[in-house]
Amino acid sequence: MLADVWLVAGKDLRIEWRSRVTSSQVVPFALTVLVLFGFALDANRGVLNDAASGLFWVTVLFVAVVAVARSTAVETSDGARRALLLAGIEPSAVFFGKTVAVAVQLLGVEVLMVGGVLVFYGATVESLPLLVATCALATIGIAASGTLLGALVAGVRARETVLPVLLLPVLAPVLIAASRAFDDALGVLAVDGWAWLGLLGGFGLVNATLGTLAYGRLLEES
Amino acid sequence: MSAEEMSADMSATDMRVEAATTGSRTTRLLGFLVLVGVVALILLGFFGAPPDDEQRDAVRMIFVHVPSAFLTYTAFVTTAVGSVMWLWKRSRWWDVVAHSAAEIGVIFCGLTLFTGSVWGRPTWNTYWDWGDVRIVTNMILFLMMVGYLALRAAGGDEDAVATRAAVVGLVAAVNLPIINRSVEWWANRTLHQKSSLTDGNLEDLTLFTLAVGVVVWALFFVWAMIHRFRIGWLEHQLSSIDLEAALIRRRAEATGESVEEASL
Repeated sequence: MLADVWLVAGKDLRIEWRSRVTSSQVVPFALTVLVLFGFALDANRGVLNDAASGLFWVTVLFVAVVAVARSTAVETSDGARRALLLAGIEPSAVFFGKTVAVAVQLLGVEVLMVGGVLVFYGATVESLPLLVATCALATIGIAASGTLLGALVAGVRARETVLPVLLLPVLAPVLIAASRAFDDALGVLAVDGWAWLGLLGGFGLVNATLGTLAYGRLLEES
Repeated sequence: MSAEEMSADMSATDMRVEAATTGSRTTRLLGFLVLVGVVALILLGFFGAPPDDEQRDAVRMIFVHVPSAFLTYTAFVTTAVGSVMWLWKRSRWWDVVAHSAAEIGVIFCGLTLFTGSVWGRPTWNTYWDWGDVRIVTNMILFLMMVGYLALRAAGGDEDAVATRAAVVGLVAAVNLPIINRSVEWWANRTLHQKSSLTDGNLEDLTLFTLAVGVVVWALFFVWAMIHRFRIGWLEHQLSSIDLEAALIRRRAEATGESVEEASL
C-alpha cells in the first residue's frame, strides 16, 4: 500500500517536474494574486499587514483549485485513469498518492508565498514552528478534499467551473482556522493559534477518510 | 426480451409518459390543506399573535423564518440519507429523493437567509452579522448545496451523476459540523437567540402560530417532494426509453432493416 502511494505520488510529481506547469504557471499566478491584493487595498501597508493571514490563505485556496484541476487533467487525458485502474493499484493508494503530490506542490508554492507576504505586506514571523505546523496541517486537508472532489468532477463536461463551486465552500473552515493560526504566527492578533490546529487536523482526517471510502467508486464510474 | 415485446413495452411506456401528470388525489388534498393553512397562518400571524414586548411587530418574522429553517434541515438530512442509500443499495428511488430534497432545501435555505436578514435589520440593526454562527454556517451550507445542484445540472451518464452527487451530498453533510465549529470559535459571540422555544418566553398564541407555521411548511414540503419526485422519476423513465430507442436504431443499422422493421 505505502509503496503504491509513493509510486502514484512520484508519477504525478515527475509529470509536474517535466511539464514545469507548477513553476511556470501556478507560482506566477499565486504571486500575481498577492500583488493584486496590494492594489485592491491601496498599497496600505497597515491594512495589508493586518489582513496578511487571510489574504495568504485565500490565495492558497485559489492555487489549490488550479493545482487540483491540473492533477485531475493528468488522469483524464489519454484514458490514463483506466490505465491506473488496470494497474491493479488500490484506489485508496491512488487517492493518497495524488493527495501527497498535490500537497507537495502546494507546500512549495506556500514557501514562496510566505516570502511574498513578508516582502510585499511587511509581515514578520513571530513563531516559525506555528507557521510551519499550520501550513502542513492545512495543506494536507486542502489536498485531501481537493483530490476527492477533483476525481468527482473528472467526468463532468463543465469541470473547470464546477470544481471551484464545489471545493471552495468545503474549504471554508480551513480558511478560518489557518488564517487565525497565521494571525498568531505573524503576531497580528493576540489569539491562541495552536488551538486552531486541532480543527485543521480534524478536517484533514475527516476528508482523508471520505476520500479513502469514496475514491474507488468515483474512479470506476466517472 | 424479443424486439416485439420491447416495442409493445415501449409503446405502453410512451403512453404512460404522455398521460403522466405529477398530480394525484393525495397531492390535490395536500395542496388544498397548504392553501388553507397559509391563509390561517396569515390571519394568526398578522392579527392573532400579539406584538413582542421588545421586538414589536418584527417578531412576526418568526412564523416564516423558523419553519423555513426546520424545513431546510429536514430537506438536507433527507438528501444525505438518499445519498447514502444510493451509494449503498444503488437505489434509483433514493437518488431521485435526494435530488428532489436538495432542490427544495436550497430554496428554503435561501428563504431562511433572506427572512433572517430582513428580521435582523430591525432587531439587531444589521442585515448581516459575521459574528452570528448560524447565519454564516447556513450561508456556507447554501453555497455547498448550490454546488450540488450545479453538479447535477452539468449532466452526463445517469449512474455517474448519481454517484458524484451522492459523494458531494456526503461531503457536505460530514463537513457541516466542522464548518459550524470553526465559525463558532471564530465568531466567539452570537446574536442569535439561544432558543426562544425552550426559554418559555413566548406568548401562548405566538407559540401556537409558530406551531401552525411549522405544520403548514411541513405539509408544503411533502406536497413539493411528491411533485418533484414524480418529475424526477419521469425523467428517469424517459432516459431509459431513449436508451431502448437507441438500441433499436443500432439493431436496424446492423441488419440493414428500417427502424420500424427492427422494432417489430
